[in-house]
Amino acid sequence: MSDKIIQISEMNKWFGDFQVLKNINLEVEKNKKIVVCGPSGSGKSTLIRCINRLEEHQQGSIIVDGNELTEDTKDIEKIRAEVGMVFQQFNLFPHLSILDNCTLAPIWVKKMPKKEAEDLALQHLEKVQISDQANKYPGQLSGGQQQRCAIARALCMEPKIMLFDEPTSALDPEMIKEVLDAMVNLAKAGMTMIVVTHEMGFAKEVADEVIFMDEGMIVERAETKEFFANPKSDRTKLFLSQIL
Amino acid sequence: MKNLNFLQPDNKNLSTYLYTGVTLVSLSIFIVFLNSFFGKDLISFLPETISFLLPLVLGFIGLHLIRIDYSGLKFLDTVNKNINTNNFNAFLSLLIVFVVIKSLPPLLSWFIIDANIAGDSKDVCTGNGACWTYIKIWFNRFMYGMYPNPEQWRINLSFIALGFLGCLGFFATEKFKKYLTLYYVVIYPVIAFFFIFFFISGGPIFFDFSYGIIAAVISIVLGFFIPSKFKMYYFIIVPITFYILLKYVFFYEELIELGKLEALEWVETGAWGGLSLTFIVSFFCLIFCFPIGLFLSLGRRSDLPIIKYISIGMIEFWRGVPLITVLFMSSVMFPMFLPEDMFIDKLVRVIIAISLFEAAYVAEVIRGGLQALPRGQYDAAKSLGMGYWKMHILVILPQALKLVIPGIANTFLALVKDTPLIFVVGLLEIVGMLNLAKTNPEWLGFAMEGYVFASVLFFIICYAMSKYSYNLEQKYKTER
Repeated sequence: MSDKIIQISEMNKWFGDFQVLKNINLEVEKNKKIVVCGPSGSGKSTLIRCINRLEEHQQGSIIVDGNELTEDTKDIEKIRAEVGMVFQQFNLFPHLSILDNCTLAPIWVKKMPKKEAEDLALQHLEKVQISDQANKYPGQLSGGQQQRCAIARALCMEPKIMLFDEPTSALDPEMIKEVLDAMVNLAKAGMTMIVVTHEMGFAKEVADEVIFMDEGMIVERAETKEFFANPKSDRTKLFLSQIL
Repeated sequence: MKNLNFLQPDNKNLSTYLYTGVTLVSLSIFIVFLNSFFGKDLISFLPETISFLLPLVLGFIGLHLIRIDYSGLKFLDTVNKNINTNNFNAFLSLLIVFVVIKSLPPLLSWFIIDANIAGDSKDVCTGNGACWTYIKIWFNRFMYGMYPNPEQWRINLSFIALGFLGCLGFFATEKFKKYLTLYYVVIYPVIAFFFIFFFISGGPIFFDFSYGIIAAVISIVLGFFIPSKFKMYYFIIVPITFYILLKYVFFYEELIELGKLEALEWVETGAWGGLSLTFIVSFFCLIFCFPIGLFLSLGRRSDLPIIKYISIGMIEFWRGVPLITVLFMSSVMFPMFLPEDMFIDKLVRVIIAISLFEAAYVAEVIRGGLQALPRGQYDAAKSLGMGYWKMHILVILPQALKLVIPGIANTFLALVKDTPLIFVVGLLEIVGMLNLAKTNPEWLGFAMEGYVFASVLFFIICYAMSKYSYNLEQKYKTER
């Protein structure tokens, strides 16, 4: 088996008449960290939402960890359990405490015993440094703490891949760092990550490759150093000049 | 004292304004009070129009004079802030106080002072007040309908037992807390059903009930020795087998015949009535309409076209027809479609009809809650690998139902108050009994007392429900 954990080929997606993703080809190897950037509306979020089938693609194929994403529902849930996702708006469950947020899926989806799930959750909460907030409710936490909890919640499923959908865009500037730190630690631990973000500092620090998207197409894909040092396409140069 | 400007009271001459104002207000209230309670008119020497308006004018001026900002007197500030913020509010406050004073004496006299409760016939009711004797004499009928008097202990016992079992949840220890939902959603309704239909109904069915109990107890005891792997099948198959064994093998026909003699007397549902019937109908309709409504609301949002359109059809049909026609059809038309020898009890049909009717409303209320949830909650649940049912049970419904507690309570209150409509099929709950009692030749002319009595009872029930729903809301409130 190859160590390509995600294989996307010739993938097209439409929202109604509007084509959001055009002819996407993307292969991601195990343990690679990939940053996806680009102007808003370029289809970055839609792309990673397609990887765990929160959005359905209409053409082409997506193969995650050897399973092709099709309309077979049973498979989808198994794959989703293997692919963790962190959202821009955190999307914690407001009716459950932080600890319950983290143990809910392991207990009910993976059938883990409660005690074990709690130990695991505390361990992951410790990693993102909010284990002292375990019994509070999401509404009582700051944005940065909530986002770190969301990361811990995704990690509790022990996923093979982590997807980040603009994890810091909804945060106050002083909270961005604590979330990025948690993500850097995760990257160092060897997780396969696909991160949609505008934080170029983060990209430079941890990414193996950077993908630049515009108008639903992958415009440029390069090694991180190469990407920032000499971008090839004009569109990328323009984008970088505006953002840096 | 020179700058005394009565149009603009201020802090400097506080006491002057205050004493004048308070005197005027007290005087106006005193005049109305005397007039209303003792029929004395202090100002009858004035022309009629003026004497009618004078208290209002006096009070109005008085309130104007005491309207002083930051007077330093705590009581005065409170009064000013709450009932005396400006001229218009002062006028309304005065009007309300006067109306209350005016309407108290007639109410008091009707309810208490001139009312009769002693005696046991219509003859004692000679005064102008209410005739509570009527309620007293008919009390049993209002509570139990036509249920035979010597058997009424069965209703009492059932209700007390069910009330007690219903309160068990409050005493549950931490260890049993997680089974409470199961208890209230499944076990408690089943127990209630047994009580109502076997204990209150009585008759030979009671023996079926006892076989059922024996079968259940035996199978539960044996259940402890069964590996958990087979428990699901075990608890379905074994009780039924036991039941059949007990009924058809161990107990021969003669034994059953023998038993019937000592069984509880059978009281057909047509004889049930009064407040107890109100409770029975409301209780079962509440229990059934909620899950049905829940599934309809989920069905309406389903991606599967068949389920979706069936749900929409159900909801729109039941919302589109008046309850009274539904009840009428359930009693008159529905039996026509049944096979000749099949008979479904009238009360059961009514309960099914009301449940389906209210379920449509509950469904729409719950759908409102489901739509209020952000899409991110669905995304998050899905991304953690939850399927449709896990997502809804663990994440979506707990939040949606919490949001719609006020709406659900609203629907449930409407349901309780809709129950009197079952008179169209000949079932007489409390209002039906009132209508019956008021046409009794010996007790003509006491409809008022009856309706007041029923209103008070309904108010108590509905207010308790609304209070309870408010408590639930507070209990499940978490910061968002």
